[in-house]
Formats: sequence, C-alpha cells, structure tokens
Amino acid sequence: MDTYLIPGLDGIAYGLLLAIAAAGLTLAFGAGGVLNLAHGTLIAAGGYVAATTSTGTWPSLAAAVTAATVVGAAGGGVLAAATARLRGRGHLDQALLTFGIALIGADLLTTVFGADIRRPRLPAALDTTLTIAGHPYPADRLAALTAAVIITTIGYAVLHRTRAGRLIRATVDDRHMVAGIGVNPRAVDTTVLVVSGALAGLAGALCTPILGVGPATAPTTLLLSLVIVVCGGLGSVPGAVVAAIGVGLVQTIGVITIPALAPYLLLSAMALLLLTRRRPLPGMPG
Amino acid sequence: MTARLPLPHRWDDLRRWVPWLLPLGAATTLAAASDGYWPATVARMLPLALLAVSVATVTGAAGLPTLGQVAPYAAGAYTTARLAMAGHTLAPVHLTAAALAGAFTAGLLGMLLVRHRGTVVLMLSLAVAELTTITATQWRTVSGGTDGLAGIPAPHLLPGTPPLTADRPVLLYATAVTVAATAATMLLLHRHHLLLTAVRGNETRAAASGHPVTTYLWLVHTGAGAIAGTAGALLIHTHRWITPADVGFDTAALALLAAVIGGTHSPPGAAVAAVLVLGVRDVAAADWPGHAPLLLGALFVAAVYLLPGGLTAALTRLRAEIRRVRATRRPEPLPAASRRTS
Repeated sequence: MDTYLIPGLDGIAYGLLLAIAAAGLTLAFGAGGVLNLAHGTLIAAGGYVAATTSTGTWPSLAAAVTAATVVGAAGGGVLAAATARLRGRGHLDQALLTFGIALIGADLLTTVFGADIRRPRLPAALDTTLTIAGHPYPADRLAALTAAVIITTIGYAVLHRTRAGRLIRATVDDRHMVAGIGVNPRAVDTTVLVVSGALAGLAGALCTPILGVGPATAPTTLLLSLVIVVCGGLGSVPGAVVAAIGVGLVQTIGVITIPALAPYLLLSAMALLLLTRRRPLPGMPG
Repeated sequence: MTARLPLPHRWDDLRRWVPWLLPLGAATTLAAASDGYWPATVARMLPLALLAVSVATVTGAAGLPTLGQVAPYAAGAYTTARLAMAGHTLAPVHLTAAALAGAFTAGLLGMLLVRHRGTVVLMLSLAVAELTTITATQWRTVSGGTDGLAGIPAPHLLPGTPPLTADRPVLLYATAVTVAATAATMLLLHRHHLLLTAVRGNETRAAASGHPVTTYLWLVHTGAGAIAGTAGALLIHTHRWITPADVGFDTAALALLAAVIGGTHSPPGAAVAAVLVLGVRDVAAADWPGHAPLLLGALFVAAVYLLPGGLTAALTRLRAEIRRVRATRRPEPLPAASRRTS
C-alpha cells in the first residue's frame, strides 16, 4: 500500500491541476458548443511565461503566475473574437479554426522559447523535500497540490454561489432560457472563453515546476483535457474534476503498475466509459 | 437498328469523364516531360491525396469530422510493408490486403465513433490519431520502432513484370490507383446519395422511417477505412520506407485540412486540395525550414474564414455568379402582354 501512497498523492495533485485546465474547456463546450482545440496551446503558453518569469524569488513567482493567467486570458479573448465571427456556421468550423490557431500558436511558442524543456527557478523554500508520513515529498508538488485545492474550491464557490457562475451553468443547461431572462448568451460564451483561457494559463504555470514545459506540452495536455471533458460528461464541472482525478491516478499509478500498457490505459478507460455510459453525451443520438 | 445518340448527349458523357481523365493526362504529361524530382515528388503526394478522399468521405458523406482515418492508413501501410518484406511483392495483393486491413481497423474504431456526432467525433478521433502514433512507435516487431522500416522491396504490377522503382512508372501507377479509388468512392456515394443526405439532414426522421442510421454510418466509415488502407499501401509503394511520424498527428491534420479546403462534400476536391497544400508546404519549407505547422495553421484559418464549403463550393458560387452576370447582360424578352399593347 505504501508503494502507492506517493504516486497516489502525485496523481491527485496532477488530476486537480488538470481539472483546473479542463474546467474551462468543458464549460466553453457546454455553454457555447465551442470545442477549443487551442486549449493545450494556452496551457503551454502559460507554462512558458511562468518558466521565463520566475527567477527564484517570491515576487517573481507571484508575477509569473499572474503573467501566465493574463496571457491565458488574452489568448481566450483572441479565441472568443475569432470564433465569434463564425457564428451561424456551425460548431465544426469553430473547432477547425481553433485547430488552426493551435498549430500557429505551437509554432510561435517553439520559435520564441526553443525546443528544449524549460522549468522555472523556484524560491529556495519550494525547492526542498518534506517528509510526509515517513516518505520524502517535494515541497513544490505539495505547494501545487495546495494551490490546486484552493483554486478548485474557489472555482466551485464562484460557479455555485455567485450570479455569474449561475448564469454560466444556466447557459450550459438551456441557452434559450438564459436569453429569455435578458442575458445575451454570446456574452456568456465570450466570458467563459476568457476565463477558460485564464484557467488554462494558470494551470500551465502550476504544472511547469513539476513537469516542465516543452513542445509536447500542448498536445499532451489537450489530449488529457479532452479525455477528462468526455469522461466527465460534456459541460459538467464536477464530472470534470472527478474524471481529472481519475486521469491523474491512471497516469501515475498505471505507469508504475503496468508500464507497457500505460499509454493505452487512459484511452481504453475512456473507450470503455463511452461504450457503457447510460446517459448519452450531447451530440449522441438517443 | 441502332439509334444514334444525339450529339449533346455524347458531349455530356464525355464531360462526365473529363475530370477523371484530367489527372491521368496530367500525370502522363509530367512523366513524359520531366524526370527525377517532379514525378517522384508528385507521386509521393498521392497517398495523402487518397487519405484526404477517405477523410472527406467520412466528414462529408457521413457527417463525422475525423482525424482518425490515419489509423486504417497506418494499418494498410504496415500490412503492405510487412508483406513486401516477407517476399510477397505483387501490387494487387498489397492493395487488397491493405484495403482489408484498413476496413477492419476502421470497422473496429467505427463501433465507438459512429455512436457520436459532430465535434464529439472530432474530439474522439483526436485520441485515435494519438493512439495510432503511440502504437506505431511501441509495436517494434511490426513497425521497427521510431527508426521505422527502410529498404522495403518495390512492388511488381504482375508476376514476371519488373519492379516499380523508376519515378515515371511509379507516378503513373500511383495516379491510376488514386483516380480509380476516388472514382469507386464517388460511384458508391452517388448510388446511396439520397440515403446519406437523409441521414445527415434529419437523422431522427430517417431513423423513424426505419433506416438503421448508425449501421449506414458504420458502413461508410468502414468503406472509407478501405480507401485509407489503400492509401497506406500507396505510401509504401511510392516512398518504400515508413516511420511512425508518417502515420502521425501531422498527417491526420493535413488530410483533414485538405478535406476542408477541397470541400468535405467533394472527395475529388479533397484530393486536389491535398496536392495543393503539400505543394505550398514544400515550397514554403524550402524558404522557411521548420515552420510547416505555422503555414498549415494559417491555411486552416484562411480556409475556414475565406472558403466556407471549400474550393468546390467556391467554384459553384463562382459559376452561379457568372451565370447571374450573363443573365443580367442579356436583354430581357418583353412580356407577351406588353408586346400586344405596344
């Protein structure tokens, strides 16, 4: 059991970080039907910005996290403006547009930041190892886990306790009803894409000290986020959080248990879930 | 007594054949006019053109936007490579085996994919594309790992004929296979055109009328898999090497881009667009190496904004516009009533 304690903790930390990233993606899909395939690029952009801004001091770390969030939000704004022009042309065109933007973004990021994997320099207090229940555990991972728990809690509170959050959830459930009470659902779509971008940038910044950021970050995180969004039920944030923790655990415990099948575990789990799911996904007949 | 067809009908018949004879004529001219670089380059574009036909079939006819056709493409390619390396070098055998392998793979994946619609399919097929690369990299006994397979023996058209190694015959062969496979696809799609339109247009009503909609879509997906498998065989016949990157995400993205630019409702348009996109990419890559994704992304964005419905729809709009302009230039005949009064 002890063997799985640390990977399990890692899995939950990784899962919660992915949940932060995937929450925005699932809401953007649920509310406006926008499948944002540039989401992974926003996560990578956040990671790169954080890795280059943080220089080993606490103020620079705070600046790195803020800058990554702002860059993510700006990216979300660009995507909102770009996809808004395609309204009435169907969701596929929007998805293809974000795919094109993702390709451009990935190329620009590699050109600016190079093809090497980058990691930020952290303050000395985070660059040490702590002991948890007799096991050594890196302080930066614990900090990321704590930050992820705090952000998830705040996100839950905003989504369920504030008017803005309730409007977003209402748009996911019934766009026309939201329009009927005098709120423009398109404004909600734009807000969701900007917030989703900010969360992607933030998640990128929080992941970078642990995983580093490189050319593979965007496709990997996009794929994981999509798996989470599909498994969690499109548009559902609690579903995404549960699915993200599952994905995190499969990624960490699965790798040490059955290393040969590790790449297939996640996608096989998704396929199984889709085949056995009783409640149909949106876009699924019946 | 045999009745002679009036001339316009014969002209119509001829016109129907022109689009199919055009690429064959172009390939023959290219093969006759130049040697070396151009025939080889164009021949190497044709596997992707055929893959784009397969993607356009699934995306347009079945209405399932997909990046996952790269899986049957890989199945066809590795089947062909392994057959050739085991000493079976007959091209017809390769094409048949690759088509079967592609259909089998697409049939298997289709059992999951055709249960979904629209962007969800795109999302799931992204995972399929990713899984294809992982499998191609990890299954070393078949794929040779990341190094891939090189020095694959050239195919023979028939027993006793020389191997297809020279650039010109390879170009002619690849063009003939691409045109034949595309024509077969169009023929099958044309025959079931109304049924597929009904399924895409109003699935609920089609299902209520007793049509097994999901089975139809699965059949289209599986058939398109056979085309993708054939494209895989063509990849081996024109390149004679393969690495996991050849069946990777970039290939899937390129094929989908070609289908979008060509028009998802026109498989031949997708094939032409694939050749155009690869041409632009290769020309740009020479001047600006390492930035192919940037160019592809820009083409994607431009295609979505500027070419709704793709090149085929743009041509149709252009034709309609020309007809409209001609009609407005021609003086309107006076209505019968006004002629009487004047």
